[in-house]
Amino acid sequence: MTPFHFSRAASPGEAARLGRDGATYIAGGTNLLDLMKLEVMTPDRLVDISRLDLGGIEATRKGGLRIGAMVCNSDLAADRTVREDYPVLARALLAGASGQLRNKATTGGNLLQRTRCYYFYDTAMPCNKREPGSGCGAIGGVTRLHAIFGTSPHCIATHPSDMAVALRALDAEVEVENADGKTRTVPLGDFYRLPGDTPHIETTLERGDLITAVILPASAGALQAYRKVRDRASYAFALVSVAGVMRIGKGRIEATSLAFGGVAPHPWRDASVEQMLKGQEPSHELFAKAADALVANAVTHDGNAFKVPLLKRTLTAVLAELTGAKQ
Amino acid sequence: MTRHLKVDERAHRDRLEEMVQGVIGEPLDRPEGQLKVSGRAPYAMDDLPEGCCHGVLVRSTIAKGALAGLDIDQVVALPGIRAVVTDKRLTKNPAQGMAGKAPAQGPEDIIYFGQPVALVVADTFEQARHGAQILGRRFEAESDVALNPDDPNAEIETPKKKQSSMGDLDKAIREAHFAIDETYTTPGHASAAMEPHASVASWDGDKLTLHGSYQMLHFNRAELADALNIDEEKVRIVATYVGGGFGSKLGIAPEGVAAAIASKQLGVPVAVAMTRQNVFEMVLRRSETEQHIRLAADEEGRLTGIGHEALVSNVPGEKFSEPVTQATPFLYRGENRVIGHRIARIHRTPAGSVRAPGEAVGLTALEIALDELAVASGLDPVELRLRNIPDKDPSQDIPFSSHTLAEALMTGADRFGWKTREPKPRSMREGEWLIGLGMASAARVNMLIESKARVTLARNGSALVETDMTDIGTGTYAVLTQVAAEMLGLPVSRVQTRLGDTDLPPASGSGGSFGASSNGTAVFLACEEIRRQLCERLECDPDELTLKDGHAVVGNRRIPIDEVMGGKDIVAEGHVEPGDAEDKVRQATYGSYFAEVAVNAVTGESRVRRMLGVFAAGRILNAKTARSQCIGGMTFGIGMALTEELIHDRRDGHIVNRDFAEYHLPVNADVPQIEVVLLEERDPWANPLQAKGIGELGICGAAAAVVNAIYNATGVRIRHLPATLDKVLSGLEDEDQS
Repeated sequence: MTPFHFSRAASPGEAARLGRDGATYIAGGTNLLDLMKLEVMTPDRLVDISRLDLGGIEATRKGGLRIGAMVCNSDLAADRTVREDYPVLARALLAGASGQLRNKATTGGNLLQRTRCYYFYDTAMPCNKREPGSGCGAIGGVTRLHAIFGTSPHCIATHPSDMAVALRALDAEVEVENADGKTRTVPLGDFYRLPGDTPHIETTLERGDLITAVILPASAGALQAYRKVRDRASYAFALVSVAGVMRIGKGRIEATSLAFGGVAPHPWRDASVEQMLKGQEPSHELFAKAADALVANAVTHDGNAFKVPLLKRTLTAVLAELTGAKQ
Repeated sequence: MTRHLKVDERAHRDRLEEMVQGVIGEPLDRPEGQLKVSGRAPYAMDDLPEGCCHGVLVRSTIAKGALAGLDIDQVVALPGIRAVVTDKRLTKNPAQGMAGKAPAQGPEDIIYFGQPVALVVADTFEQARHGAQILGRRFEAESDVALNPDDPNAEIETPKKKQSSMGDLDKAIREAHFAIDETYTTPGHASAAMEPHASVASWDGDKLTLHGSYQMLHFNRAELADALNIDEEKVRIVATYVGGGFGSKLGIAPEGVAAAIASKQLGVPVAVAMTRQNVFEMVLRRSETEQHIRLAADEEGRLTGIGHEALVSNVPGEKFSEPVTQATPFLYRGENRVIGHRIARIHRTPAGSVRAPGEAVGLTALEIALDELAVASGLDPVELRLRNIPDKDPSQDIPFSSHTLAEALMTGADRFGWKTREPKPRSMREGEWLIGLGMASAARVNMLIESKARVTLARNGSALVETDMTDIGTGTYAVLTQVAAEMLGLPVSRVQTRLGDTDLPPASGSGGSFGASSNGTAVFLACEEIRRQLCERLECDPDELTLKDGHAVVGNRRIPIDEVMGGKDIVAEGHVEPGDAEDKVRQATYGSYFAEVAVNAVTGESRVRRMLGVFAAGRILNAKTARSQCIGGMTFGIGMALTEELIHDRRDGHIVNRDFAEYHLPVNADVPQIEVVLLEERDPWANPLQAKGIGELGICGAAAAVVNAIYNATGVRIRHLPATLDKVLSGLEDEDQS
């Protein structure tokens, strides 16, 4: 750990101003502290935002939900409205980390957690995300955890969050306040950036932006599922995960949104797959067609080629679960 | 007075059976349990001495070559940094178990990625860790280095002593009614003790005291003294509590030697704790194995031949090689046999003893092969094994000291409800989950190691047991207390056991499952000597003396023990060493495992739903700690079957998954209720306690029961562990298409 200066912000505005001046926010610290100990991240200034008044889960006027950035993952998963109207979110949260970590980890921090790529974590290895220009250690190395969509020759890391996958399927927006005190909302679909040749820049946030809340629209469908596939029953990151939200009417899929974890640099959505399902009668043939379409452009490496069949099978099973169709 | 025993013969009496205190074998709570669960048991890094500095080891970032230079000035200029220690006596890796001399030294010569090359010492741990992180290192890396066992430039050794054959296996295979010829692989494993390796060194003149986390103290003292090039008498090692070892703390490790050197150099106490990443990289791993197994059987499923040929690895120069085939020569019948053993010399973290070296991986592969033979022959897997239990050691033509495999198999099958199993794969399904049952035999060689212990029966009628034996979480404190309490007729509350200090009589140490029986025998012998002296005082024959509840009973006299003592303590030492008994009989422990596993037909995820182990290990000294050991072994068996794997980058040999987030031990959710049945057994050849080692038996084949259940569930045969979902899935895809 490199020596750092620590301060505690009295208001979101103060935090954002310190952030603009180069300080790094710390809330739950469940990821940042580990990375600082390993010197994967070496901030020289930390500003503690955990005591800001950014908690609370409230209904919005549009029938949705506003979740304060400091709401911890445990509280969010246990919230009655979340469990009733957004069960995909509750399930995704409970599929992540461990009880102790969920008690500390916050909604805003969860969105910003860093990849679990082995090469990102080892400072003796090249990593364009940790040290721009140093190369990608994973390509040609061990790629079991790595992405099959949205990668670049510079980075094939995945985003590890379960929560963010559910939020993506729910069309969540991120509320951001900047150092000038201005607030804006960013759809989660525009929040993350693909690695391209700048894998160290992971989001569209500007310096000084502070996440103040996550906003959910009115629930888009009563049928919701989150399925996480992993190497052990708990405390492992997703190899593949699928979040699905669906509405069915008159025996046909009226609308669906699907997000995928463990396969891309951020929670992945594929509009063409959703379009393919819309208006159709659920059937195994339809699901198989959708699954084939989803992986049509997958780019794999030796260690992660299994994610293609795994993702197809998992998506098919989730669609069957949502629609009640027999597999 | 010392009572000495060399175990040449079987015990003709069961002395513990004659005792009446009634504590031996009871499920006694650990005497130190409350201290441990309340955080008051001081481990190595607790209670640091005044003025103690902290050291952190610096790693090599090449696999083979030379350390050309260190940018020491830059680090020493940082706040709090006291020194960068580059002493040539720093060790490359831990000593192998019972080496008794220094492991490989000289940090400038690099033989694996992650090897320690220096120690940064600072006022605080954080300062030292930062210094170690940024210390500039220049290496001269060699090219064309063998990093993987299958690299063409990896030198393969075939030690003559480790090859053997009898009969004609090739012919037996040709003429067999049923034959299996398959290759199995297991990956490297980390010991994964909860407490990382840690040592605190302080010097008083030329005398060194090291508080460390070690398993075998008098060996460790010799290793440390040799590494420092000082007299053994000048070194004291204290390890009162040890947070798990699993083989990784058998030999003195780099942090211990480094702490001693730094403390001497700086004139202050120095604590060196390894980071978790250090532990993965610098501590001996279990070698990966490749095992070629051939089985030949007649039409009744009786084995006529067994071939078991293993390829393991280690760095050049390390003597240890994973004894994969250790149980193969005696477990099953068959007159035609081949045992093979090859060692690939590669530059990865050196290999050593990890959780039942040999049987843990060797028996796992053999028991998967047996399951394949059961499928091929159409025999029930339990029945197949029952048909192949030999009536004497088939390789050495000597009798078994005792043999409980048949009883373990039948008891297990009965308790588990094995007869409900459908032999045909994919017969049981619950929704998406395919359910299967699998089983395997357990076996582990039994060992006795020279041990001493001192027992004092004090004038007030309390007893003190003293030995440099360790309790690495296994229950030594409880077990030795029970042996002494039983033999001296005292309630356990009046017996105290002191362990983990080289000032005390040298014991076997903890390792190879031999601690409780070896050191327990030393305590037993010391107590026998005390009993003899009590008889002298009471003027009675030993057979006339009964000791119970702090009283001596002779004829119609019942005398409080403190009165017998007459104001004087009795101090006696017990000393046991192995003798000819080892050569006269084959001694081993046996058992069986049964597992029910659910495999997800969509994803290939495997989850163990219930598991039973039935074990026999001679007299059980403490039913609770023995059971706990078995549960731990089976838990690691689940890990070996499903998740655990040291992953190396083939390009530079470095360990990729060097923390507990990515090295997947089973977590609670992976481990179902595990049931353990301990069979009644006495083994008079083992020692006078008639007890054998049980610490490792729970892992010796356990993984095979899980893998065999996956086959029964799915029809997918996993031969390359762990059975991660991608491997199962690939089989499921094939099955789905066929």
